[in-house]
Amino acid sequence: MTPNDDGRGAGADPRAAQVKRFSHGSRIPGWDQAVDLTKDPATVPDPATTPVPEELRTEIEARMALYPDRRSAAIPALAAAQRHHGWCSPQAIDQVACVMRLTPGYLSAVATFYDMLETEPKAPHDVYVCTNISCSLRGGDEIHEAMEAAAGDDPAFNVRSFECLGACDIAPMASVDGVYVGPLEPDDVAAILNDVRDGRPVLASKQLVRRLSADPQANRQDFPQPEAQPAKGAAQATIDPGERERSVAGEIPGGEEGGEPPASDHGDQHGFAAPDLRQGET
Amino acid sequence: MTKLLFADVDEPGLATLEVYQRRGGYEPLRKALDMSREDVLAQIEASGLRGRGGAGFQMGKKASFLPQGSMDKYLVCNADESEPGAFKDRELMQKNPHQLIEGIIIGAYAAGTNRAFIFIRGEYQLQGDILEAAIVEAREAGFLGERILGSELDLSLVLHRGAGAYICGEETALLDSLEGKRGNPRLKPPFPANQGLYQGPTLVNNVETLSTVPHILRMGGEEYAKLGAEGSTGTKVVSVSGCVQRPGNYEIELGIPSREIVYGLAGGPPEGNRVKMWFPGGSSAPVLPGDQLDIPYDFDSLAKAGSMLGSGSIIVVDDSVPVMDVARKVAKFYAHESCGKCTPCREGTNWTVKMLERMDAGLATPMELEILAGVQEQIIGNCLCVLGDSMAMPIGAMVKHFREEFEAHIEEARRRNDLALAAPEPEPAGVMSDTHGPIPTFAGAS
Repeated sequence: MTPNDDGRGAGADPRAAQVKRFSHGSRIPGWDQAVDLTKDPATVPDPATTPVPEELRTEIEARMALYPDRRSAAIPALAAAQRHHGWCSPQAIDQVACVMRLTPGYLSAVATFYDMLETEPKAPHDVYVCTNISCSLRGGDEIHEAMEAAAGDDPAFNVRSFECLGACDIAPMASVDGVYVGPLEPDDVAAILNDVRDGRPVLASKQLVRRLSADPQANRQDFPQPEAQPAKGAAQATIDPGERERSVAGEIPGGEEGGEPPASDHGDQHGFAAPDLRQGET
Repeated sequence: MTKLLFADVDEPGLATLEVYQRRGGYEPLRKALDMSREDVLAQIEASGLRGRGGAGFQMGKKASFLPQGSMDKYLVCNADESEPGAFKDRELMQKNPHQLIEGIIIGAYAAGTNRAFIFIRGEYQLQGDILEAAIVEAREAGFLGERILGSELDLSLVLHRGAGAYICGEETALLDSLEGKRGNPRLKPPFPANQGLYQGPTLVNNVETLSTVPHILRMGGEEYAKLGAEGSTGTKVVSVSGCVQRPGNYEIELGIPSREIVYGLAGGPPEGNRVKMWFPGGSSAPVLPGDQLDIPYDFDSLAKAGSMLGSGSIIVVDDSVPVMDVARKVAKFYAHESCGKCTPCREGTNWTVKMLERMDAGLATPMELEILAGVQEQIIGNCLCVLGDSMAMPIGAMVKHFREEFEAHIEEARRRNDLALAAPEPEPAGVMSDTHGPIPTFAGAS
């Protein structure tokens, strides 16, 4: 038996090294530690000993008031605590538990279930690169690798490959602090990171908010593109005029003025002539 | 082709109440409130509108299942659009939020509920902000709140943001998540129409379904039913993505040939490539090979062809992509998103990923394709929800339609692996852990 052979023939398995294991050899954290049966279960934190920032308390209380059952506010409250503390730290969970009168255990169970609630410290700027099927068909995996490489060890960025973000029309795409950008090319990776570092709107020319519907027959008039979204935390940053110019120039004229589009002939599938369609942004 | 949901969808300011009302918005609501609750329900039933979220159940029928009486009843709009390939609800909410809000108000009136929630996925921050602003506008204009437009209808509407979990698109998991729990599906029956949110009768509908309701009231249910095909009435926003030249949302009348959508509207695959296979209804729909593009795009025709319309999201895969890559992507997604409640799904999705990786690494034989197909059969229909089925159906269909390519891929990988094994072995080293340093190896092992 070779040292890296675990007896299942994994020695020749190229994936053996990919499995993340803790130093005790298991993939389950803390499995070798016995539960302290003498310890009392955690209870609802005592307001007298759990200081909660006023702003956070107000937000959670306002959320709880919206629902017939206060527990419904668990996810919005944890999200608020994450915005406040940077992640769902044990302290943040304690504070939410204190305001909502729930046990920290209940809230931990909720927080660990959802992808956007982070129970480990994370970097302030989220860069989610979609690597699901539609994006990966158009190069999403390469964008993710390039993004990982470009962000490197920069402590400001939390680069993750993410499941479908619901923007396959701009594939390959990424969500940068909640702002959707795409279709991305490898050159855009550095620009995205620089925009975030400098507090500019992220990749203003490729933001989803500025994209017109792909359906040409739904757009009989040539509507102008909306403004780009400002970067998170930046106070209404102005868009670089040059960038603006470029994106507007790249716009494709709208469909025909008025009039119904040519009726499609159901019998003649192969001879269907594509009308002069508006391309997506290039 | 008739445009309802997408009529002038890019008009600037359409997301504001002012422009929406100038275009005739909230007139259908006035019309509905002048009618009796039963008449509004009858209009929706007459339209034949089938749910646009995936299951395709008739909305009018579902709404009529809600018991009447003075208990608390709820309407929940499912805006947790997470199906890979689907992005129609995103565009509808972002560009025309009042259309959805009006649909919710009419839907609530028809179902006799007075509390409504929109459950939007947390990733849709922009769309959530737009909806929140629109809800405030609607409330200030008297379309939400107590005694709406002087009628007997009271309605509160709350936007609830999720936090990233595909499973929450399943209606019962969504209800659990909305109650502040982990999003695990519930056993059905009881169906949400009897026991849903907070154990009260609940009507759960998709964004697109509810956005269609104002148009039904405006046109009249029977007039709406003339659009589209028999059994699949009306228009549908189809999201086309993957290997096509013009990916995006297109509103079509149901029943047109699928080829017109893939080639005519979306431009087909890049020059020189052919459609190898396509998912007709998101990544959970069984794939169809490229030579079956002439099927009419409607619920019944696709079901007859062995697939489904689902959420109406077409993903096109062209012949430059190996089927193994697609299968692995699909399986990995469902393994990641399985909530872990039911064994066939939790174990089956993870086993499938491992088996596909073994095949790709040259550690499997073509015979194991049989086992792979057999496991998929065992997942289907054996769980509380259809997440496991959503992986099993497309993987099963891929094995069925592309068995030869799978076999060739496996043989090729095995040949590569044999060559690698014949090469001199490198110096053995301890297995490295990515995060926690090297693992201690057995002392004394050679």
